[in-house]
Amino acid sequence: MKGNAMSYAIQAEGLVKRFGATKALDGVDLAARTGTVLGVLGPNGAGKTTAVRVLSTLLRADAGHATVGGYDVAHDAHQVRRLIGLTGQYAAVDEELTGTQNLVMIGRLLDLSRGGARERAASLLDRFGLADASDKLAKNYSGGMRRRLDLAASLVGRPQILYLDEPTTGLDPHSRSELWGIVRGLVSDGVTVLLTTQHMDEADQLAHDIVVIDHGNVIASGTPDELKTRTGGQHIDVRPVELGMLDLVADLVTELTGQVPQRQEQTGLITAPIADPALLPELVRRLDDRNVVLAELSLRRPSLDEVFLTLTGHGAVNDTDDTDPESKIKEGSTL
Amino acid sequence: MTAVTATRTARHVSAVAAVRHGATLAWRSLVKIKSSPEQLIDVTLQPIIFLLLFVYVFGGAIAGGGDTTKYLQFLLPGLLVQTALFSTMGTGYALNSDISKGVFDRFRSLPISRIAPLAGAVVGDIARYTVSIVVLVAAGMVMGFRIHTDPLSVLAACLLVLAFSLALGWVSIFIGMLAPSPQSVQGFGMIFMFPLTFGSSIFAPAGSMPGWLQAWVKINPVTKLADATRGLMTGGAVLDPVLYSLGWAVVIVAIFAPLAMRLYRRKTS
Repeated sequence: MKGNAMSYAIQAEGLVKRFGATKALDGVDLAARTGTVLGVLGPNGAGKTTAVRVLSTLLRADAGHATVGGYDVAHDAHQVRRLIGLTGQYAAVDEELTGTQNLVMIGRLLDLSRGGARERAASLLDRFGLADASDKLAKNYSGGMRRRLDLAASLVGRPQILYLDEPTTGLDPHSRSELWGIVRGLVSDGVTVLLTTQHMDEADQLAHDIVVIDHGNVIASGTPDELKTRTGGQHIDVRPVELGMLDLVADLVTELTGQVPQRQEQTGLITAPIADPALLPELVRRLDDRNVVLAELSLRRPSLDEVFLTLTGHGAVNDTDDTDPESKIKEGSTL
Repeated sequence: MTAVTATRTARHVSAVAAVRHGATLAWRSLVKIKSSPEQLIDVTLQPIIFLLLFVYVFGGAIAGGGDTTKYLQFLLPGLLVQTALFSTMGTGYALNSDISKGVFDRFRSLPISRIAPLAGAVVGDIARYTVSIVVLVAAGMVMGFRIHTDPLSVLAACLLVLAFSLALGWVSIFIGMLAPSPQSVQGFGMIFMFPLTFGSSIFAPAGSMPGWLQAWVKINPVTKLADATRGLMTGGAVLDPVLYSLGWAVVIVAIFAPLAMRLYRRKTS
């Protein structure tokens, strides 16, 4: 028991949670190594938030077992709450209070002295670039500021384990990378982070380990590298200078790889999985024979998007026209 | 760093800490009033409008002979009760918005006393009730209301209304936990409040009503509370209605506080 707690901050086995007829969790296993980021990846409605709510003692699982910091989430909920910080999908700050008042309130609830709570609030606001807005009501904050305040609120108690439930949903790219920086800083301080996301690049950027969930089931887990390797081989990206050559290139790729490639008509990019990297020179030769001039040619490992597509048979983002363009499949191959 | 489990021992929240947690959350309600005083409208403007409406529009007819001051003497203590009871609905409304905005989840994820978020919400509204009482008594005095007892009795009347409001705050919390949205809290609240306040002796003596209504008015705890307040401010029977009201307050808390706590716990399953 103790030994496990040393290496795993969060461990869950066979979590089941039903809401009426729907199974939000259908036997989820996951484990976060102490001091690392576990990325829980999945589309909308996959069960990510339910998993976080169970692991943060807000919801009781119907079956299964989970420990956080060695404590059982169901039986030792109070002990678990002493260890965790929670930042949900929507910034749960009191909009009628100022930034400082929000954090002082949490500090006082966590038994800090009045002065201690005020000090802690000031240092967190400073750290998250909110010092200038400390006396403004949170309802006047921008989305990014509100999210940072929310994160600050979950850090008042210096949690050893932090849950971030889609922390960057709805943030602009700048606020997003700011938040990533904060998360990296926390991990370097030894905090264990469980991060849920629909964004492949976010998991790729931050997570040491990834669990892929779909329809309440874990469909894959491993390091980002392992997942990419497991879903097979490499991908080839070819883009002719002239869009008119697209059909010809597609035919050549089909001939060589034995698979019909994905094509993007607007950009002229053709992508296909390739089993044997030795085929690349052959492709170059054939393209050269036909006088095809290339704007882009690369051999790469699959992106996590492609991994996800392979694993689930559907894209990570269910609604094709999601409001968030960043979650769409990356078009360029050269990152 | 690895000894995640080692440092914190199994120690739940002490009573002192629980009180402090509740006080912190009550403080939050006070700060909010300071930052957006407009939320006091329902305990300031609204009771004054009621007062003007009932005294000057209906008062003359009810009292007979157009003697509005006489009706004011009768109405004001009861209106004090109605206003305080109406403002208890704000408690459930605020709690429900906390739930829908996720603020409540934050509290629940903290190692604090489980009753603190609920008790804090109830106690934090004392300020609102107090404002409503002070505003009404002041407005009434301006319009010609005269106290026929002593200041101590008036204070007792105010405290009694306050105590009853705190008890009813638990009903509001209960509704706030059940209702799907803040707006529906108000809807449910009105269904609950209208028969309680209008079907009482607040606006007219029970004797003037048809028999079936009299039957309800007589068992309605709000009638006793209005009678007690009236007795304490303008003279009349005091002991019986006061004891009756306090008894009801205790009964309401005994029923609805555990029910609200149960709902609170159920949220986790």
